[in-house]
Amino acid sequence: MRQKLARVIGGVAMLALVAGGTACSSGSDDEASGGDGCGSKIAFFGALTGSSAALGINEKNGVKLAVEKYNKENADCKVELAELDSQGSPDQAPGLAQKAIDDAKILGIIGPAYSGESEAAGPLFSEAGLVTITPSATRPSLAQQGWKTFFRAVGNDLSQGPAAGTYIKNVLKADKVYVIDDQSAYGAGLADEVKKVLGSAVVGSDKVQGEGKQTEFSGVVTKVKAANVKAVFFGGYYQEAGLIRKQLTAAGVTAPLVAGDGTNDPAYITSAGAAAAEGTILTCPCAPAAEARGTFVEEFKALNGADPGTYSDTAYDAANILLAGIKAKKTTRADLLEFVKSYDGEGVASKYKFVEGGELDPAQVVVWAFKVQGGKVVPDQEIPKS
Amino acid sequence: MNFDGLFSNFGELTTTGLTQGAIYALVALGYTLVYGVLRLINFAHSEVFIAGAFAAIWTWNGFGLDQDSQVSGVGSILFYLLVAMIVAAIASAGTATVIERVAYRPLRKRNAPPLAFLITAIGASIAISEAFGIWTRRRPEGAPILISQKPLFHLFGVPIDGVQLLTLGAALVMMVALDQFINRSRVGRGIRAVAQDANTAALMGVNKDRIILMVFIAGGTMAGVAGLLYDVRIQSLTYSVGFLLGLKAFTAAVLGGIGNLRGALVGGLLLGVVENYASGLFGSEWKDFAAFAVLVVLLMFRPTGLLGESLGRARA
Repeated sequence: MRQKLARVIGGVAMLALVAGGTACSSGSDDEASGGDGCGSKIAFFGALTGSSAALGINEKNGVKLAVEKYNKENADCKVELAELDSQGSPDQAPGLAQKAIDDAKILGIIGPAYSGESEAAGPLFSEAGLVTITPSATRPSLAQQGWKTFFRAVGNDLSQGPAAGTYIKNVLKADKVYVIDDQSAYGAGLADEVKKVLGSAVVGSDKVQGEGKQTEFSGVVTKVKAANVKAVFFGGYYQEAGLIRKQLTAAGVTAPLVAGDGTNDPAYITSAGAAAAEGTILTCPCAPAAEARGTFVEEFKALNGADPGTYSDTAYDAANILLAGIKAKKTTRADLLEFVKSYDGEGVASKYKFVEGGELDPAQVVVWAFKVQGGKVVPDQEIPKS
Repeated sequence: MNFDGLFSNFGELTTTGLTQGAIYALVALGYTLVYGVLRLINFAHSEVFIAGAFAAIWTWNGFGLDQDSQVSGVGSILFYLLVAMIVAAIASAGTATVIERVAYRPLRKRNAPPLAFLITAIGASIAISEAFGIWTRRRPEGAPILISQKPLFHLFGVPIDGVQLLTLGAALVMMVALDQFINRSRVGRGIRAVAQDANTAALMGVNKDRIILMVFIAGGTMAGVAGLLYDVRIQSLTYSVGFLLGLKAFTAAVLGGIGNLRGALVGGLLLGVVENYASGLFGSEWKDFAAFAVLVVLLMFRPTGLLGESLGRARA
């Protein structure tokens, strides 16, 4: 028995030696191939599994399309896509960020997709000088942390929150509104902006648990019902939004639900059921992906077998900004960072130019309202800035 | 603090709390039964519940019903409920059996320390939950609206709907049935005997492994019914909901006195209403805080729970 054990331990030790050896040699390869950018990687950082993975998958598929197209055009000098699955969790983000930083071949990141994980991973990326372009993290404070490497390819909640509030006030003409949020960085931030715009029209507010921790909302539902409101705003992600909508409808609350981009996903309708979801208003600091310019929609469909979802187009654009840099031989992290900082160009969703803190030039930010109609999310109207 | 909100909605908060509490109680029975007999906290029980809940939804899907289907007619509603209940109970009992066979029995045979059981339980729980997650692509699955949640009648001004009646009614019936089963049947006597003293019971000719299997099957059946009721009430299911629900059910079991069947009922219902009152009084973000604070405070004064631990004792 003891002999066997010794052999096993010996075997493991040898394996470790071999693995260590190859790790070293591949490390030196990196440095050698650093020059022309061939074989370098860009990484997608976001939730690919877990309860809020739907948005992340939308985005990853957009990035995948950009990389495939790039590799087809540059067959002799391909770029690899690394997928970093954070499950949307701020707890996992720092470790994952470190992993990306340690991989010398990764020159730039598309992501992190959500605000919470961005908050957790941002300082590490900034310190390492690894450029990140998030296609969807909309919490305003992310751009105010002094991170050198943070860029945002969409507007933030300061544009989305007020727009949602304006929509409730001017289009729905609701004078009594109930505001719920999921206590996440994103959801609470959005709800606060909405409350500011609506002021005294907010007759009540409550907080629920996000990340799939709560499925039973009878406490909130009872309060909303008693408040007899004209509209309900929810700051949070689609999973809770769907259940809240379903339980509100079941309890006889017919006031429309208004929610932000985190809810803007087909899974919201599955979760709520088409009948309950009907008439829900979803805002997004983005133009409809289906209205993306050029041949994006068809190409996306051909590659992924599904229509582009929320942020598929901005993720595609973000990837293309990084790829344009690599193509222009900006193949060190520092060069690529400078390239993104001074980037000025057009993508399929918007024009891109970054200002102070890595925010998208406010002139380029558009906020759209979408509506659930006949079991589908359809564009409703662009919400004017005010 | 919002006393106004609590008092003006007191009735509704109570009824919805009791309904949720009934589901906690049914799941809590599984924890309590296994603990009573094996002194083992079967953390994988939350996944026994999930298996039943998914089985019910998939059964309805098999009949061509999804989250957007409306079913009418008392006959067909009863039919769908009954079929799904049987399938859910079988799926949950089956899952529980597999867990016992694969994860616990081999450990028992080797006299593993309690810590090994605990880790195995947690491991089995995560593995099963992840398997469901991958299987469902981590997306929510919708259940059809079988019973409308429109109020049927008002009791002291509090609206009561069909789902609440069904949930509370079914939970009570299942519990009485289980209570009678443990107290009156031959197998029930065996269960009580093993719970009191496994070795003596074995000397008297009780087959311990068979009894333990029966305990898992009984707990699984209850969890399966709970899964069905959860589907009918929430109408949507994600692979990950078992974790917190399981934890709450376990809390309910401890609150009532773990190992005590009636304690599970009392603990479940109490937990359900306390959560709702806390949502009404402080805001929903305090719901879980209140639930666990009540547990801590109560255990301070009654360490064995409200009704005490007693599966093997005089009363089951």
